[in-house]
Amino acid sequence: MANLINGWEVVIGLEVHAQIATQSKLFSTSPTKFGADPNENVSFYDVAMPGMLPVLNEHAVDQAIKTGFAINGTVNKMSQFDRKNYFYPDLPSGYQISQLFHPIVSNGYIDILDEKGKNKRINIERIHIEQDAGKSIHDLDKEHSYIDLNRAGIPLMEIVSKPDIRSSYEAMQYLKKLRMILRYVGSCNCNMEQGNLRADANVSIHRPDTPFGNRAEIKNINSIKFLGDAIDYEVQRQIYELESGRTVSQETRLFDAHTGQTRTMRSKEDAADYRYFPDPDLKPLILTSERISKIKSELPELPDTKKSRFIEKYHLTPTDASILVEDRNTADDYEKAVQASKFPDKSSKLIANWLIGEVFAILNKENKEIANLAFPIEYIAELVDLIADQTISGKIAKTVFAKMNETGKHPREIVNEENLAQIVDRNIIAEATQRVLDNNFEQFNQYKSGKKQLFGFFVGQTMKELHGKGNPDIIHSVLTELLNK
Amino acid sequence: MEDLTIAETIKGLKAGNFTSREITEQYLARIEKNEDLNAYITVCADVALKMASDADNKLKNGKTGSMLGVPIAIKDLFCTKGIKTTAGSKMLSEFVPEYESTVTHNLIDHGAVFLGKTNMDEFAMGSSNTTSYFGACFLPYRKKTAPEMKLVPGGSSGGSATAVASDLCVAATASDTGGSIRQPASFSGLVGIKPTYGLCSRYGMIAFASSLDQAGSLTKTVLDSAIMLNAMASYDTKDSTSEKVDVPDYRSQLGKSIKGIKIGLPKEYLENLNEDSLRLVNEAKTWLEDAGCELVDVSLKTTSYALPAYYIIAPAEASSNLARYDGVKYSYRSPNYNNLNELYVNSRSEGFGEEVKRRILTGTYVLSAGYYDAYYTKALEIQKMIKADFENNAFSKVDVLLTPTTPSTAFGISEIDNMTPLDMYLNDIFTVTVNIAGLPAMSVPCGLSSKDKLPIGLQLIANRFREEDIFKVAYVMEQSANFSTLKKEILMRQ
Repeated sequence: MANLINGWEVVIGLEVHAQIATQSKLFSTSPTKFGADPNENVSFYDVAMPGMLPVLNEHAVDQAIKTGFAINGTVNKMSQFDRKNYFYPDLPSGYQISQLFHPIVSNGYIDILDEKGKNKRINIERIHIEQDAGKSIHDLDKEHSYIDLNRAGIPLMEIVSKPDIRSSYEAMQYLKKLRMILRYVGSCNCNMEQGNLRADANVSIHRPDTPFGNRAEIKNINSIKFLGDAIDYEVQRQIYELESGRTVSQETRLFDAHTGQTRTMRSKEDAADYRYFPDPDLKPLILTSERISKIKSELPELPDTKKSRFIEKYHLTPTDASILVEDRNTADDYEKAVQASKFPDKSSKLIANWLIGEVFAILNKENKEIANLAFPIEYIAELVDLIADQTISGKIAKTVFAKMNETGKHPREIVNEENLAQIVDRNIIAEATQRVLDNNFEQFNQYKSGKKQLFGFFVGQTMKELHGKGNPDIIHSVLTELLNK
Repeated sequence: MEDLTIAETIKGLKAGNFTSREITEQYLARIEKNEDLNAYITVCADVALKMASDADNKLKNGKTGSMLGVPIAIKDLFCTKGIKTTAGSKMLSEFVPEYESTVTHNLIDHGAVFLGKTNMDEFAMGSSNTTSYFGACFLPYRKKTAPEMKLVPGGSSGGSATAVASDLCVAATASDTGGSIRQPASFSGLVGIKPTYGLCSRYGMIAFASSLDQAGSLTKTVLDSAIMLNAMASYDTKDSTSEKVDVPDYRSQLGKSIKGIKIGLPKEYLENLNEDSLRLVNEAKTWLEDAGCELVDVSLKTTSYALPAYYIIAPAEASSNLARYDGVKYSYRSPNYNNLNELYVNSRSEGFGEEVKRRILTGTYVLSAGYYDAYYTKALEIQKMIKADFENNAFSKVDVLLTPTTPSTAFGISEIDNMTPLDMYLNDIFTVTVNIAGLPAMSVPCGLSSKDKLPIGLQLIANRFREEDIFKVAYVMEQSANFSTLKKEILMRQ
């Protein structure tokens, strides 16, 4: 039995709220643009003016269908919108439109790597579409609260996992993988600071082979690190409660990122009765087979498939392949570069090394996206080709790369302009080598009398004589010949 | 110029017998003189005169429009841009929408002139117009046997019925969730049509029960009803329950032969009728037979389940639809609160009337955990059965059903004191089935009660989007009943 803590097994289910990437809200034409002034993105519908009616954003539906396939789920031809009724000032209509009884997607899964690097399948119960609520702001004024309805009606997908997760590590891996998939299909921007992706974690502990324990639901966690922290704290709390002879009560808790602790928000007894019922303003959502299959056929290659293909086709290590497929643009750029190479079979691994090494280093250092590189990604292939055809050495290549990043110029142009091409003419190298021997006869004599380690000294001096551009192999061969004459 | 119909108004305007502004002024004066009837919540004289002048200019320039220059009234449930819209509630007593409902927008496009907004039961919940925050309104008629008693026009479209019956407008819009057009039409001697669910857009119409609400009209004649419905109906992308159908020209149906049309007589609607209703149903049968219709006895066994199902579905939806009136935004806010909960509780307790509160409580109850399946799920099952019953046992055999509209004629305001809410709900017994099944139906004035000489209407029900059949048959009944002559026997208030 894996992952036991003091003999307790941890059971976690995640409900992830992902903002569906759309131009307008789920049921109105208000824009979803982030960073607008308070209540700028608000229509008569969003304020729940009398007589205003919801009109479904079909693009949001397409995005949810796409996501359904991306998590290996079943897209339901019939789904329905229900009203979840509760009073709160940032919920102007007094109900949230969601899908309780008939969600758009059922029964999916995603695979993650657990602590031991082993494949683990996390089942997903459902994805349903719903509206976000607005925001209440309580700290601007002592006497008044303010309401910002910009988020009211923003389309969300709620992605509900089965309680298959067994540790905070797995939970974080699951959320990372889910984020990767959502970004791949483009159904969510997954910008956690902007609230694009939020998770509720249902956490319980029990002794193996006994029924599940009471669970606490930790609400609204907005970073992967906090998710791990919140679960770790909650597990320790529950163990302490149970081992002290107390019980864990079923309740909703909040995570405080400052203290790293969770605290009670409301107990089960205070849970609201939401009086869900089908929204009579909206007909059942019926999807045609044509619509579903069209979206399915347009689905991009997903990270798991891409990783396998990269290992197979480009002979990459699983680790390198994982790194390259983490972001769809990076993976695309990698393939673009390989295709631009004259010797793709030889270059594929080298190009991967350059991307993961040098390119990632500058992206990190300059804090930018791969799309914003100073040079086209194909130049990496050119650079690798210049090494392969012996125009430059690997060492010179680093100089060329630095210049390329500085100026955006083509590597061959840099080599020509800066006269960086490697000297491969055996006669020129032989002349330079001879000069080195002539100027260092003392060392020459020492070498001859047995101090063979001086070989490296002569290589270095020859390279210096050739301003670093001599082909190391030829220098080596010429020196061997001259010194052993 | 008394008692103009839409058709006569259009004719008179075209012939230059009067201008729209002239008749609009006359209507405004008449509204003022008859203030005691309380037909209007808001009279928009300035808007009306401007619309009338614009219509006159258009007429002068040879422009046409099926309602061009016709002064009408709008039930105060339709949002009208810049004109106060209250739904008969204290909650919205100061509410001025910044948008136009699709139905009123269409009427404006057809050239209609808006005189004002008519009284109604609060949020359309009621059958007597007595739940209005703005007070009851009254028919201009009196019972022969009790001439001192003030009579209600029915509800919830009581103000619209009063306004048309009292000649305070040419015609009026109305809405019907369980009978709110047809019952007042029957009480007031008017033609009232509740079209198929989805024919008129609900955009900008203040919701009571979204799956049942449907806009319609109250008019003096079947022809006017056809003109109004053609002007109001449209497919609307802003209402997801709006149906994309071709709206035929209903006028073209009037006067067509109805020979061979099959009229169904549903047993369950015709049992235990009072003498007057029975007499009129029998008269109507003769008229229709004489016109060549075939009369067919049918049975709709689910009928008695309709009213209980209605009083679950409608309040359930209402309890959710009315949650937005919370005192936070545009609606009434109680001055008495110290925290959020008090703001909610006091605003809603003070802002809603008794009947609305009763239905919100009922609706909240039937949707609550533990009761949902026992009530709401059952009601939806009954709804399915009723729909199937109409399909299998009526419209597979006949074209149109003939039934009474209401169990009684208009009642006195003083008689309401002896009625329980349940007695009041029984007013809808013949009308709710239609809403539950989403069908079109019309109440046509067919005669007077023998002692009191009060109007009685009969109801025609057709299959979905078969309004044409209703219009065809209604026109024949109107001709046969000769109600415009009969009407002169009604005792008017002094």
